[in-house]
Amino acid sequence: MNPLTDDQARAVVREAVATVAPEVRPELEALDPAIDLWDELGLDSMDHLNVMTELAERTGIEVAERDYPRLRSVAAIAAHLATAGSPS
Amino acid sequence: MAEPGDRWAFELPSLGADMERGTVLEWYVHPGDDVARGDLVALVSTEKADIDVEIWRAGVVAEHLVTVGEEVPVGTPILALDGAGALAPVVAEQAVAPEKAVAPEAPVASPVRVLASPRARVVASERDVDLGALAGTGPDGAVLVRDVLKSDVLPSDVSPTPQPAKAPTEDRSTGMRRAIAERMAVANRTIPHYHLDLDVELGGARAWLEDHNESLSMRERVLPAALFIKAVGTAAAAVPELNGTWVDDAFVAAERVDVAVAISLRTGGLVTPAIRDVDTKTVDEIMADLQALVAGARRGSLRSSWMADAGITVSNLGDQGADRVGGVVFPPQVALVGFGRVRKRPWVVDGAVEVRPVVTVTLAADHRATDGATGSRFLHALAGALSASATNNAVLEEKEES
Repeated sequence: MNPLTDDQARAVVREAVATVAPEVRPELEALDPAIDLWDELGLDSMDHLNVMTELAERTGIEVAERDYPRLRSVAAIAAHLATAGSPS
Repeated sequence: MAEPGDRWAFELPSLGADMERGTVLEWYVHPGDDVARGDLVALVSTEKADIDVEIWRAGVVAEHLVTVGEEVPVGTPILALDGAGALAPVVAEQAVAPEKAVAPEAPVASPVRVLASPRARVVASERDVDLGALAGTGPDGAVLVRDVLKSDVLPSDVSPTPQPAKAPTEDRSTGMRRAIAERMAVANRTIPHYHLDLDVELGGARAWLEDHNESLSMRERVLPAALFIKAVGTAAAAVPELNGTWVDDAFVAAERVDVAVAISLRTGGLVTPAIRDVDTKTVDEIMADLQALVAGARRGSLRSSWMADAGITVSNLGDQGADRVGGVVFPPQVALVGFGRVRKRPWVVDGAVEVRPVVTVTLAADHRATDGATGSRFLHALAGALSASATNNAVLEEKEES
């Protein structure tokens, strides 16, 4: 597939988070993309796993578990997806 | 087989030790329906959650004994049924399979369950909105409050003030807070607590988990929480004095190793559904159960079989960042195990300091039932299950079988 632009990747990440945790959608849309989603929205490790699974299903990009700890904001996850999705 | 004419009543079950009353919000079965053991018969609202109630015997529904919206105490007959009632529960259990086989043409009650969050149900009933007519935007198409509000554009007789949406939300969270407050007040008033801590090094467990997850699809990946729950089950089986309830001045040992898990709801409050038979389940099975419990809790579709009383509870607040959980026992249980955040900490290995992942495990327990020596044995059994090398770790034993 074509590499995602940063904007597209951010939109996909927001959509994935909102699917896993629909309660946070209103806050999510107003949230600074650099903010830690887990601290800010009270998401937990199961939400994190479910977001990553959701993203894999939407983009075909599987994030390795060892990368989870640094992928905690919309911007960080989107940047990772954009990099992982581009041809190396 | 039961005499077909036997009439019996299904009573409102206790869906958690703190539940005294419940309200049928919706019937899934109606007069004339055949029900099998395990079928969902009603959606019942308690102070803390809306719960899908399963029936434990087969029969034919004769009549509803309470009306939708009527609040009744636990133990109130809510449903009259014919057949299978004269049998003892154990015999009835055996009779279920043949009955199903004999009457395959009988329409098995498969209620069309409208998935919806508890808040959405309350708001919908306030506004007289039919949940079934809405397109949900939550997980699995669950109807959320915003879907109800969006649909409720008909001006008619519902006054479109912003207040009706807010008030029911406050009711549920107020009810939830009150239920938690009452139970914790009872705990602090009646249970002479003791608290023990143990730091457990997780290098081996984490390495095993990473290795194990490599072999799984993303959907099946196992979180440390599943290992923690398994370790609690292993320890509870090894130290049964902490797995059970304190009733009428005596300890009653649990017959199985069922572990309740405290799940916080993002809308406020918490629920404590249980994972059954943790001692005999693999971590993969526990993870699947945990996923179902958390998703159900947050979507507002808990099943009654998850809510029956467990013998011990786990609180995994480390996920939210706390280093250490100073727990309060959930009566009538006698122990609560808390896991703090897994952190890299200095750890002495063979006389040298190394950096290792470490978790602080805490035990809050009832002094009426046990003393600190028992609690200490429990924590060491738990640590043994978690931190032993992958080759001889009871938690990891299914690895060797595969």
